[in-house]
Amino acid sequence: MIANVSRRSFLKGLAGAGGLVLGVQLSPVAVLLDDQEGDEAQPFEPSIWLSIDTDGLVTIVAHRSEMGTGIRTSLPMIVADELEADWDRVRIEQAVGDRRYGSQNTDGSHSIRAFHDGMRRAGAAARQMLETAAAEAWDVDERECTARLHTVVHEPSGRSADFGELVSSARELPVPDAGNLVFKTRDEWRYVGKDVPIIDSVGITTGAARFGLDVVLDGMKFAMIERCPVLGGTLSSLDADDTLAVPGVEQVIELPRYEGSPAFQALGGVAVIAKDTWSALQGRRALQLTWDEGANATYDSTTYAETLLESARRPGAVMRESGDVDAAMAAAAETIEADYELPHLAHAPMEPPCAVAQVTADGCEAWAPTQNPQAAQGMVASALGLSPDQVTIHVTLLGGGFGRKSKPDYVVEAALLAKQIGAPVKLTWTREDDIRHDYYHTVAAIHMQAGLDGDGRPTAWLQRSAFPPIGSTFDARARSGGAGEMGQGFSDIPFAIPNLRCENGPADGHVRIGWLRSVCNIFHAFAVSSFADELAAAAERDPLDYLLELIGEPRRIDLRAQGVPYSNYGGSAEDYPIDTGRLRHVLQLAAGKAGWGRELPEREGLGIAVHRSFLCYVAMAVHVRVDDRGRIAIPRVDVGVDCGLAVHPDRVRAQMEGSAVFGTSLALTGQITASAGRIDQSNFHDYTVARMNAAPREVHVHLVENEEPPGGVGEPGVPPFAPALCNAIFAATGQRIRSLPLSRHDLSKA
Amino acid sequence: MTTLHVNGQEYTLDGVDPEMPLLWALRDHAGLRGTKFGCGMAQCGACTVHVDGRAVRSCVYPVGDLGDREVTTIEGLSADGGHALQRAWTAHQVPQCGYCQPGQIMAAAALLSENERPDDAAIDTAMSGNICRCGTYQRIRAAIKTAAEGK
Ligand code: FES
Ligand code: FES
Repeated sequence: MIANVSRRSFLKGLAGAGGLVLGVQLSPVAVLLDDQEGDEAQPFEPSIWLSIDTDGLVTIVAHRSEMGTGIRTSLPMIVADELEADWDRVRIEQAVGDRRYGSQNTDGSHSIRAFHDGMRRAGAAARQMLETAAAEAWDVDERECTARLHTVVHEPSGRSADFGELVSSARELPVPDAGNLVFKTRDEWRYVGKDVPIIDSVGITTGAARFGLDVVLDGMKFAMIERCPVLGGTLSSLDADDTLAVPGVEQVIELPRYEGSPAFQALGGVAVIAKDTWSALQGRRALQLTWDEGANATYDSTTYAETLLESARRPGAVMRESGDVDAAMAAAAETIEADYELPHLAHAPMEPPCAVAQVTADGCEAWAPTQNPQAAQGMVASALGLSPDQVTIHVTLLGGGFGRKSKPDYVVEAALLAKQIGAPVKLTWTREDDIRHDYYHTVAAIHMQAGLDGDGRPTAWLQRSAFPPIGSTFDARARSGGAGEMGQGFSDIPFAIPNLRCENGPADGHVRIGWLRSVCNIFHAFAVSSFADELAAAAERDPLDYLLELIGEPRRIDLRAQGVPYSNYGGSAEDYPIDTGRLRHVLQLAAGKAGWGRELPEREGLGIAVHRSFLCYVAMAVHVRVDDRGRIAIPRVDVGVDCGLAVHPDRVRAQMEGSAVFGTSLALTGQITASAGRIDQSNFHDYTVARMNAAPREVHVHLVENEEPPGGVGEPGVPPFAPALCNAIFAATGQRIRSLPLSRHDLSKA
Repeated sequence: MTTLHVNGQEYTLDGVDPEMPLLWALRDHAGLRGTKFGCGMAQCGACTVHVDGRAVRSCVYPVGDLGDREVTTIEGLSADGGHALQRAWTAHQVPQCGYCQPGQIMAAAALLSENERPDDAAIDTAMSGNICRCGTYQRIRAAIKTAAEGK
């Protein structure tokens, strides 16, 4: 439903005087973790805004957060295309957090698929209104009036008018019904499917682009917070004398610990308020404090890993079952089993969490690099005892997000401090704060077991994963992932095996667990794709052929019809089925481009993996070289991607290139460990991420073109990388990797 | 009083501790926020600026050590964003989130001023001090080569 809201007052200036403004209402989109973010499931809220002023300047609101995917460019491109706007006369305005936009939680790789149709409708409705306005002005048949590049043209008479000349009459018109909208055909698309430079390009390369850390307000103070090194601890003593003696330090403020479960609350701790960042940092170093560390002080990630593996080896909650696994396993000619272990990871976006806030009698205003301004708005409101409409969250550019900046705890911290000191304040997290107090990617253990026939083909398949769930951050009693997290690459396993069971073992959380780029798909894909490669090796088969056989014939799998609880990333089974034909296709594409089967020098190998997540199919073929000292080089990666409609192909490629690097980081060295409840790592020297010299030298992305609706792109490139790399290492060295990171393993030549 | 010479201008800053890293003097006191904070311990390169033409990590460079040296930040690399590297960065659409890119560009500019035609090994050496968590390395390499060829 689209409404012409040109004269309504709440648009706060966006409309421009006398402009045409269109609001679009969309159905809500079920997203990842919707049960924890219930406030976004509001139906029928307007989700995008478009205005055209009388000079013809088109303003398109970007309501999703820009953290590097190019979404601030690609969603507006869809509107501009359908509008027939001249991109050079389009400006983008970033939305504040407001439920009227629908979900703004830029997460779950769903910005394009959730808003593609609505953006098209907004553009098409505006275009048709401009065409109608022209037809009325010229007293001609509307069907003869066509918008073309910011101008409406009447072909028979040769008359034309710029969009700007038409808005004052267009804004008086009724909005066409959705059923009466006429969309451009694919061959008429001007921007969609083309490589348009991202709108922030020049700002970024000249230093003018403004990230969260760059926000400055008049009279602003600078804050840092010392937080308990163990999750859930409380302050037991504080001596701030030395801190208050540091030049530039103005105040020391105690923030209470969160109540109940951490969720999105401020962690609590001791804040130092100073005249600049350096003074705050110096002052914080001088704090003398002791903590009552609480129950999590017993958390040791090494012993915990054993407990977790035991859980994965015991029967767990059955999430999917077909056939009779136990009978088939007992009857099998041979059984093979393997355990896989993956550690916690930290997001480590290049810009650490930060926020600027100010509180006045009217409410609170905050500026933050947040993926989720609506959650920030709600959390700040409840922390300050305000109503959400008294809280305005301005979204800056994000220096990376990866899921970390979906959690607005740092915005709440800034707001609490701003209220307490009665002045605007900038809160900066150092890298140490970021690494030690993250919402960590969860640690996982996976047990895989297959019963094979005489030819080495599986007749029975058992897989079980155990990991502290995201839910444990919101409710300490939560010990199981449930359908949401198990549906990320595990209960949705697309193999054609008659007897198959998928189970989930319980696990307790001792740190804040959050979602990190592709979430549980990371460890599920690692186990499944590694195990498939192990079975191929046991059967002395080519891994690619074997994998294709496991996937089976092209078909559509409807898990819900089989009684499997499965959210399918919010997509319908009709529009977004699990399509093994597409899976096979990207696999063969990547393999072909990589020259699968070719002879390689000694200690070099090709490995492959394929994975569907976020309604997108990605295969990666990784070429690895392992030198005699065990050092790894990755000369080339070939990526086959089927994301359906690629609105911005260059940004799809960029996300895949970035995913290969993100995958390299987690595969080579990524691990967060804990001793006595404290995180052992603190900065990039001990939580190392891939640098240029370790990253894949060449990533070649091969996009499948088809008529399928758009799927996700930001995350699905991550899961297949690590297993493809480890399968390549097996091909190169004969060494099988069952745990990450690779830095735990000695790969030197025996 | 501390006097900084940045991008051809003189900045007189009040109440700046000589131990304060150049990064924070630039960002909090000189209002030049194109230079970014990423680690504070010379690990990531987000804070890279030039001091007398050489790339330094401004997060560990005390302002008191600067003396009369000339500082160049991303804002001063070119008058209009037209440096060969800035143009190449846009041509290759290098940035994703963009946060690391001022530091990347400043590191690359220092490289090109010493080595007009860097090969892959030279690029690796010069650029591996700069982290890009978004993973834009392949395009950074390509953009450096484009800029070098354009010279
Ligand atoms: S902030 Fe200076 S090197 Fe990271
Ligand atoms: S572009 Fe995001 S960190 Fe480099």
